[in-house]
Amino acid sequence: MSQQSLLEVEDLHVDFATPKGLVQAVRGVSFSLGREKLGVVGESGSGKSVTGRAILKLVRPPGHVRAKRLAFDGIDLQGCDERAMRTVRGKRISMVMQEPKFSLNPVMTVGAQIAEAYRVHGQASAADTKRRALEMLQAVRIRDPERVYAAYPHEVSGGMGQRIMIAMMLIPNPDLLIADEPTSALDVTVQLQVLAILDDLVSQRGMGLIFISHDLSLVASFCDRVMIMYGGRVMEVCDAKHLNEARHPYTRGLLNCLPRIEAGGPDGGADLPVLRRDPAWLEQGL
Amino acid sequence: MIDVDDLSVTFGHGPAAVHAVRRVSFHVANGESFGLVGESGSGKSTVLRALSGLNPNWRGHMAVTGQALGRRRDKAFYKQVQMVFQDPYSSLHPRHTIDRILAEPIAIHRLGEADRRIAEALEAVGLGSQFRYRYPHQLSGGQRQRVAVARALILEPKVLLLDEPTSALDVSVQAEVLNLLRRLKTEQGLTYVLVSHNLSVVAHMCTRLAVMNHGAVVEELTVEQLRARAPTHPYTKQLLTASLGYDRAAIDRFEDFAANG
Repeated sequence: MSQQSLLEVEDLHVDFATPKGLVQAVRGVSFSLGREKLGVVGESGSGKSVTGRAILKLVRPPGHVRAKRLAFDGIDLQGCDERAMRTVRGKRISMVMQEPKFSLNPVMTVGAQIAEAYRVHGQASAADTKRRALEMLQAVRIRDPERVYAAYPHEVSGGMGQRIMIAMMLIPNPDLLIADEPTSALDVTVQLQVLAILDDLVSQRGMGLIFISHDLSLVASFCDRVMIMYGGRVMEVCDAKHLNEARHPYTRGLLNCLPRIEAGGPDGGADLPVLRRDPAWLEQGL
Repeated sequence: MIDVDDLSVTFGHGPAAVHAVRRVSFHVANGESFGLVGESGSGKSTVLRALSGLNPNWRGHMAVTGQALGRRRDKAFYKQVQMVFQDPYSSLHPRHTIDRILAEPIAIHRLGEADRRIAEALEAVGLGSQFRYRYPHQLSGGQRQRVAVARALILEPKVLLLDEPTSALDVSVQAEVLNLLRRLKTEQGLTYVLVSHNLSVVAHMCTRLAVMNHGAVVEELTVEQLRARAPTHPYTKQLLTASLGYDRAAIDRFEDFAANG
């Protein structure tokens, strides 16, 4: 990854003040990202989603974000007010969420929502906007873009809904896409097809991608680098290709506890190794 | 142990009817683990719901331990056949303690000795007695799924129907629950029908599996055949390829099996 870095995060903390005391969701996360695919992997509660949201300043009170440095393409995101953030969010950095069902507006047609994403971030005529939106639907391999353009979100399948979300997020041509479990709700084959679309668009446009997921084996085969998080800290960052050589006991534990098609079996096969958590992991981190 | 012949399930009537399950047949021997695999909408859960008596709208023939099943099931059936659901967050009553959740099946079946049975069931699933008077929201997802397994096992059934029992759990917790299910099966001589979209989980748990697509079984195969990557039906092959991770070149060769049913 010799490219200049697009995003730099240094010592990011996210705290939530709750009646039961302070919850430290993210505790000192640092990483930098070029125009590459970075996978962020962790179990529930590891702080991976909150990290993604914190970059876009989408953490609401009582959540509190602080960092030594949070810079995107030379812009200091911490110094940006809401007005300045609006020129970054969507246009420069956009985010795909997990569930198209809850992220799409149910009372607006698909076309109107994609068109809105385009027109908010640039001047364009109505005809031009529609043409771009249809092109974008075609780019995410929707076979019948005219029909889908006029459809409401409840009229499309989950896989198509996620493609629509991707179309909407990519139409302003952002430099960085944060995808938070974009395909976890989908069937395996549809999941891979959606990832292939994302992969092609990211490499064609030279974008950076932060891919947040709980699926270690999927991330290993899809991303360039993998960052493994546990308890709000980064345990390890490694090349996806060399994930099998990962050294950290947490990464090893996660890899080992996956059932495999080749091994195991109900008779004769051994039990799955159970992950033993070491409290020291919460103190060290990377 | 379990015989399903020509099972069909239709929702709705006339032109709007949805054929969720089309003439599915399979047989599970006593003590065997059988997997039902498919993507969403393939009908795998509908088969399980018809088998468990949750959906009375089915045609065909089903039998458990040689006894033909009717539309309505009696208490003796539920003593033999129990189910564990996918989502441990919604399958436990939020305002009942674990003790009360586990006491209910004992009361319904008038088994008596509730105190002893509850303590034993909790121990069998690896939960200590300190969990007994807690509420579900005080437990983690994995602990809740252990409670769901305890609730199913408290009647000492012969057959456990498992509907995606670990897909809502983190992988490390999934490993613990799968190990638990395998241990209980050996200890108590249970027969499992496991529904899952995850081929690795089925390969780990079962000896044979049926692959479903659009309501029909496209292929039945042994786990050895799966492991040798030797399925014959193109749909199974594609599912297997997809389960092995992201491979950009392979994805372009994916076909849409939904179109031609």
